[in-house]
Amino acid sequence: MKEVIHWIAVGLATAWVLMGLRQPAARSTFDLEGFGRLPVIVNGRLQPMDSVARNALLMLRGKQTVISEDRKRISAIEWFVNLAMAPEQADRMPVFRIDHPEVRSLLNLPTDGPNYFAFHEMSNRLDDLQRQAENVQGIEPKDRTAFDRAVLKLQSAVVLYDRLKYTFQPDNSTNLLEELKQYQRSVVEGIGAWRARQRNAPHDEQQIERLRDKLKYFENVAASDYVLVIPPQNPEAGLDGWQTFGAALIGALGNTNIPSAAFTYAALVTARKTDRPDDFNNALREYRGWLANLFPGQVARVNREFIYRHWQPFLKSMVLYACALVLGLLSWLGWFKPLNRTAFWLATVAFAVHSAGIVFRMIIEGRPPVTNLYSSAVFVGWGAAALGLVLERIQKDGVGLALSTTIGLVTLIIAHNLALGGDTMEALRAVLDSNFWLATHVITITLGYSAMFVAGFIGVVYVARGFLTRSLNSDARARLSNMAYGTICFATLFSFLGTVLGGVWADQSWGRFWGWDPKENGALLVVLWCAIILHARAAGMVRDRGLMNLAIFGNAVTAFSWFGVNMLGVGLHAYGFMDSASFWLAVFVAVQVALIGLSLLPNRYWASFRDGGSIAAR
Amino acid sequence: MQTRRIVQLLGSLRLTVVCLACAAIIVFWGTMAQVEIGVYAAQQKFFRSWFITAALPGTGLRLPVFPGGYLVGGITALNIVFALIQRHKTARQSLGLWLSHGGLLLLLIGQFSTDMFAVESVMRLVEGQPQWYSEDQRHVELAIVETTQPDDNVVTAIPQALLARQSEFAVPELPFRVKVRRFMANSVPVENADASADLITNHGASRQTNFREAPRQYSSDRRDMPTAEIELLGPQGSIGTCVASLWLAKTHALSVSNRTFELALRPVRYYKPFALELTRFKHEKYPGSAIPRNFESEVRIINPEKGENRNVRIRMNNPLRYYGETYYQSGYDERDPRVSILQVVRNPAWITPYISCALICLGLAHRFTSHLITFTKGFRK
Repeated sequence: MKEVIHWIAVGLATAWVLMGLRQPAARSTFDLEGFGRLPVIVNGRLQPMDSVARNALLMLRGKQTVISEDRKRISAIEWFVNLAMAPEQADRMPVFRIDHPEVRSLLNLPTDGPNYFAFHEMSNRLDDLQRQAENVQGIEPKDRTAFDRAVLKLQSAVVLYDRLKYTFQPDNSTNLLEELKQYQRSVVEGIGAWRARQRNAPHDEQQIERLRDKLKYFENVAASDYVLVIPPQNPEAGLDGWQTFGAALIGALGNTNIPSAAFTYAALVTARKTDRPDDFNNALREYRGWLANLFPGQVARVNREFIYRHWQPFLKSMVLYACALVLGLLSWLGWFKPLNRTAFWLATVAFAVHSAGIVFRMIIEGRPPVTNLYSSAVFVGWGAAALGLVLERIQKDGVGLALSTTIGLVTLIIAHNLALGGDTMEALRAVLDSNFWLATHVITITLGYSAMFVAGFIGVVYVARGFLTRSLNSDARARLSNMAYGTICFATLFSFLGTVLGGVWADQSWGRFWGWDPKENGALLVVLWCAIILHARAAGMVRDRGLMNLAIFGNAVTAFSWFGVNMLGVGLHAYGFMDSASFWLAVFVAVQVALIGLSLLPNRYWASFRDGGSIAAR
Repeated sequence: MQTRRIVQLLGSLRLTVVCLACAAIIVFWGTMAQVEIGVYAAQQKFFRSWFITAALPGTGLRLPVFPGGYLVGGITALNIVFALIQRHKTARQSLGLWLSHGGLLLLLIGQFSTDMFAVESVMRLVEGQPQWYSEDQRHVELAIVETTQPDDNVVTAIPQALLARQSEFAVPELPFRVKVRRFMANSVPVENADASADLITNHGASRQTNFREAPRQYSSDRRDMPTAEIELLGPQGSIGTCVASLWLAKTHALSVSNRTFELALRPVRYYKPFALELTRFKHEKYPGSAIPRNFESEVRIINPEKGENRNVRIRMNNPLRYYGETYYQSGYDERDPRVSILQVVRNPAWITPYISCALICLGLAHRFTSHLITFTKGFRK
C-alpha cells in the first residue's frame, strides 16, 4: 500500500484534470455551447463569445458564473444570451457586486445582506450614480477615496452592462428578425426617396420619415460598440473588416445591403425570445457551417480558446498545489516518506498542468508566456515551482516541496484576482508589440523574481523551523544557507540580465538605456539587493541567519518591484497600473518585516538554539 | 600609515555594502518622490546630483541630507578600482569577478558620460514639409533673426540659462544690446490684470495679454511656458521693450538702422545638415478598441551635402540611426493626423552599456556556474 499510494494519487489527479477537457454537458435546450464558440472581436482581439461573456461577468461580479434568484448556477454564456436576447430576465439576475456601503446607500440598496444586486434593483438611481461618477472624474487619481473608486468601478460596470445589453436589439423589441426585414425595406425605400429628393424628382417624403424613425428606434444598438459580431463580407479583409451589429445597420445606409450574419443574429434573438430552441439551433448550425467555410483559421483559433477557458488549467493546478501543500505539511508531522512522495508527485502533476496552461495560452496568443501583469504572476509561480521541485529532487527534505507548492498556489491566487480586471489576453499596445523582447527581457526578469521569492521562502523556512522546532541543527543550517545562497546567485544573474535587456529594449524604442522610470528602478532595486546580499556575505558581515534575514527582506523588495511600482502610476511603464491591492502589498511587507524581527530575537527564544547557545546571532 | 588605512578602506567589501545600501535607499526614495514631483525633477534631485538636499524649515537654506547618485556612483567606482588592485592576486583565479566588476566600472562611466553628453530633442514632422531642426523639450532660447537679406538669415540665440540671469548682452553682430528685464521660467496668461501686481504685460496689436509667473512643470507630458520682458538698447538709449513668450506664436519684427530683425522666444533648436520629410504617417489601432497597434513614419532623408535623397521607415522598436543621432517614433498629434513626432537622441556613449552588460553577464554566469557545480556536487556526494 505504502509503495503504490502516490501512484494512486497521481492517477486520480490526472484523471480529474483530463476530465475537464471533455465537451461540456448541455444544460439547456438551446445550443449555448455552440453560441459560445462563435468568433467575435472585443478590444481588438478575436475571441469566442464565451470569453466575452466570462470576462464581462468577471468584471461585474468577480466570478465566471451567476447564481440566479432561485439559487441555480447559470453559466456566463447563458447569462450573456439572456442579457442580449431576453434582457427582462437578465435584469433580475444579481450580477453587480457592490461592496462599499456608501455606494449602496447612494443607490438606495440594503446595506446588509448579500453583496450582489440585479440591474432592476438600481435602475431608478442610475442618474445619481452617473452624476457622482462625473464628479469623481474631475479628481486627480491619486486623491480619490475608496468610495470614489467604488463609484467609478460600478459606473463602468453599468456602462459595460448597457453595451452588452444593446448588442443586438433595442428596448421593447419583440421580433428582431421581422424588425430587421422592415428596416431593410425602409432603407431601400428611404434612401431611394432621399436620392430622388436630392435630384428634385418626385418622391414620397413619408418613406424618408419612416427611415428616420427606424434609425431612432435602433439608436441604442448603433451606439453599442463593444462586441464586433458581424464578420467581413470578404474573408480577405482580416480583423479590420469586423463590425458591430449596429455598425452593420448604419452601414446599410451607404450600400442598402445588410450582411447575412446580421439576419442570422436577428433570427437567433427572435428564436430565443419566442422560446423556440429548434429555430435557434438550426440558425446557429447553418451560421457556424458558413463561418467554418469562409474563416477556417479564425474559427480554429477561437475554438482553442474556448477549450482553454472551459478547461481552466490554472484553477486545476491551484487545487492540486493546495492538496500537495497540505500533504507536504502533514509529512513533517509524521509518516514522512509516503506522504512526502505523494505530495511531490501531486505537485509534479500540478506543475505539469500549470505548464500546459502556459503553453496553451502561448499558442492561443501567439506570444511568449508573459505579456501583462496577470501572466507575469502565472509565470513567476511557474518558475518558483520549477526551482522548488528541483531543490526537492536534490534534497528530499520537504523544503523544496513546501516552497514550490506555496509559491505556486499563492501566485496563482494573485493571478486569479488580477483576472478580475477583464481580458487577460488583451491586444498588446504598439510599444510592447515585440515578441523578441517579450521573450528575452520579460522572461529573464520574471525568472529573477521567481528566484528571489524562492530564496526568501528558504529564509522563512529557516526562521520557522529554528523557532518552532528543534530540528535546525548545524547540518540543516548549512543546507538551507547553501540553498539560499545558490538561489540568490541565480536571482542576481537573471535579475541583472533582465534589467539590462530591459535597458537595451528601452534604448531601442525610446532612445535611452536608462531613464529612472519606476519600473526600471524597481528592477534595479532587486539587483542592488542581490548585490548587497552577496557582498555582505563575502565581507563576513552576515552569516547564515543574517543571510536569511536579507533573503526574507528580498521578498519585500521583489514584491515592491513587481507590484508596488505599478501602483505609483507614473512613468512610461505605467501601462501596468492597478488600482487597489496596495493593502495586500503592505500586509505582505509587514509580514516579512515581522519575520525578520522574530529572527533577530536572542537565541534563548529559538526552540532549536535554546540548549546550544553556540550560534552566532549574525 | 594613515594613507594605507584609507586605501584599505576604499577597497573594502564593507564600503561596497555601504555604497550599495545607499544606492538602494536613493533609488527607493527617488522612485517614491516621482509621485509628487515627476520623473524629471526626481532624476535631477536624486540621481543626477552629488547630494540630496532639503530646505531647512523656515529658511530658504538647502542643506545636504544624503549623498546623491553621482557621489555614490563615484565612490562605488573608486571602490571597484581599489578592490580589484588590492585583490589582483586572488582575483586572478576568478575570471568571473574581473569580468563582472570591470563591466560594472564601464557601465558607471558610460552612464555618467551619457548624463553629461547626451542631448535629447524632439522633431515634429508634418506630411510634405522638410524639417531641418529638432527642438529641445525643456529649454528655450531667445532667438534674434536678422532678416535684412531675405535668403540669408543670421540667427543669434541667447540660451535660457543666460536669460534667467536677467542681465544685459552685447553681441557684435547686433546693432543693439539686449537687456532681459524680467524672466519667468514658467508662466500662465491671466485674464484679469488687476488680480495681481506681478505681471508681464504684452501690448499686442489687437489686445493686451498678461502673464503671471507659475510654478515649474515637472511632469513629463507638460512643459514650462517661459515669458521674458526684453528691452533693446541702442547707442542713444532704449529702442523699446517687448515681450517674448512661448505662449505668443507671433515674432516681433523691428528695424534698427536699416536692418530688420525678428525676435522670439522659442524652444532651443538643433539644426542638422540635412532635412527629414514625412511622406506618410500610419497610426493604426486594433479594431473595436483604442489600443494603438502600430505607429509608423515613412520619412525621406534629404542631405544636400552628400546628395542623399532616400526613404526610410521609422516605427516603434525600430529607430533610424543617422549622423550620430537616433530617431525614434515617439508620438502623434491628436488633432492632426498628418503629424508625427520623433524623439531625437545624440548619445556618444550609447554603445557602453551594451559592452559592459555583456561583460557583467559573462562574469556572473562564469562565477555562478562554478558555484552551482560545487553546490550540486555537495549534495550528490
